[in-house]
Amino acid sequence: MSDLQTPASAAGAATSDAPVSATAASNASSAQATGGRTFLPRNTLLRHLLVLVLCAVGAVVLLESTDLGFNAQIGYVAYYAIAAGGLTVLTGLNGQISLGHGALMAVGGYTTALMLDAEEPLPLVVIFLAAVALTSLVGAVVGVAAARLHGPYLAGATLALAVGLPGLALYFKETLGGEQGLTVSSPDRPEWFTEAIRTLSGGSPSGVKWIAYISVACLLITYFLLANLMRSRVGRTWRAVRDQEVAAELAGISLGTWRVVAFVVSAAAAGLAGAVLALVVRLTAPTAFTIVLSLSLLTAIVIGGLGSLFGALVGSVLLVFLPRLLRDAGESLDMDAAQAAEISYVVYGVILVVVMLFAPAGLVGSIRLALLRSRARRSARG
Amino acid sequence: MTGISVAFGGVKALTDVSLTVEPGQVHGLIGPNGAGKTTMFNVACGLVRPTEGRITWRGGELRRLRPDQLAKLGIARTLQGVGLFPGLTVLENVMVGAHKHARAGFLSALLAIPTADKDEARLRERALGALAELDAEEYAGRYPGSLPYPVQKRVALARALVAEPELLLLDEPASGLSEDEMRELGELIQHLSGRMSVLLVEHHMDLVMRVCDQITVLDSGQQIAAGTPEQVQNDPAVTEAYLGDAVDAEADAAELAATDGGTQRG
Repeated sequence: MSDLQTPASAAGAATSDAPVSATAASNASSAQATGGRTFLPRNTLLRHLLVLVLCAVGAVVLLESTDLGFNAQIGYVAYYAIAAGGLTVLTGLNGQISLGHGALMAVGGYTTALMLDAEEPLPLVVIFLAAVALTSLVGAVVGVAAARLHGPYLAGATLALAVGLPGLALYFKETLGGEQGLTVSSPDRPEWFTEAIRTLSGGSPSGVKWIAYISVACLLITYFLLANLMRSRVGRTWRAVRDQEVAAELAGISLGTWRVVAFVVSAAAAGLAGAVLALVVRLTAPTAFTIVLSLSLLTAIVIGGLGSLFGALVGSVLLVFLPRLLRDAGESLDMDAAQAAEISYVVYGVILVVVMLFAPAGLVGSIRLALLRSRARRSARG
Repeated sequence: MTGISVAFGGVKALTDVSLTVEPGQVHGLIGPNGAGKTTMFNVACGLVRPTEGRITWRGGELRRLRPDQLAKLGIARTLQGVGLFPGLTVLENVMVGAHKHARAGFLSALLAIPTADKDEARLRERALGALAELDAEEYAGRYPGSLPYPVQKRVALARALVAEPELLLLDEPASGLSEDEMRELGELIQHLSGRMSVLLVEHHMDLVMRVCDQITVLDSGQQIAAGTPEQVQNDPAVTEAYLGDAVDAEADAAELAATDGGTQRG
């Protein structure tokens, strides 16, 4: 998606040692530069596991020190961030755009809703895996078509997916519930979880808390796996395909295969995101998976910084919390609720535009570029 | 490659061209602008499918293969410009070139199994080795956009070499280089021919005459001469093709005449 990357290239050109045409955020190098200083272990697995454990501890502290309402909102952030993480791999690393990820989330969401509705529901892990597997399958089919398309054509094709797929719910009213959608039954809360929370914070565990923990766990696992891919040969190959098709092909890379793989990985994340959404929102309906959802995901990854998992997370947090913060701010200024809600969207839009104007590589991307720039300046001086 | 013809729509880019690159030899492909050199090249690396003709590689016929499949068979090429990946560091660029030597699969990458790390370390060693061979090791951590053009060309060459191809296709490797750099390039190409066959498209006649064992001359999509540098230089058809195409190839003609020592003029 060269058109998505042009703002970043403008920023990159200003530096003497920063990537020129790709987003700075998406260049998580797969090969450590010679003599790089780091406190983290060199072994990728150990390094990522360490970060994973630290993040898990942080998440538990966050969930236990906040009230249930906030816990619920963390669930929203989690499903946005899972899907955005998958999308940032596709768009940021491999250069393919998708306007259809909302629809892919619907596949995961409906799968979860249907399977939880069974008389004797299977274990949640199995249900989630099934949701991921089915969405990956759909992603593979779409990916094969997408691998042949570029830019606006790819956007158009995935847009058709976004518009068309949720319509299936209306067509199969009997099983998929039509316009009203399906209410999602809450999964049973296991005993050990109740015990663990009691000993941990003395708080009373609730269904909301259980779902918040599941969401965060899914988020962490997804990001762990995606980070592994990005730092590996796979991530490097994706970026090569994105940057220079012909050169990549001449190096022995099968463009089509790698594009489809990227789409499937991205779809798998979307499927899990849909499954988490079903638990968090407790309803899967066509209105939940519209084009607006797909566009929100794109907004999140662009605001955060294309190709960066941390950027996708930051973007998702903003997406969930910014409108709410603005609404609260409006109400504290003596507006009535309806007014505050309307104004909040205007301000939200303005903030997004301003961020893109001043941080064209996204929040995380722009910070990374600034760091690169200062390092280049220092090395130029030294 | 035997009897290669390529037509784009009604335009015949190549008509019945044959050339054979012998193992361990440097084969030059020259001709005035628009003669079809690059098209011939694109046929050799799979970017263009010939309308007619056969391509034989190590005794077997190649049919309808994509560039990535040919790359796996041991054919590597550099691009006319530079064609580096701007969003990858120099080291990563070269590591991509070693793609066909990678062993770790998708699953081991997904789970970051230590074997994937080991495989990466191996590729990194290879890549650093290729960069060292071209004196570009110091740029490993830089991004291509920040490097001078000749260094970028060396990196691009390292990316092709790291695959350890049996046939290396070089598309105008000397363009944009200074006299000194060109001499180094000539030595490098001769050095490489000990390890692999080289097919070279180049405008700089002195370089071509110096390093090539065999030369094929194209003009307007037709093969007008072939043989050793001496044979080609003494072929009247070649001189005529270059001088006859005065507007585009004045520079080339001058160079050809210069390397001739002026004996062929008139």
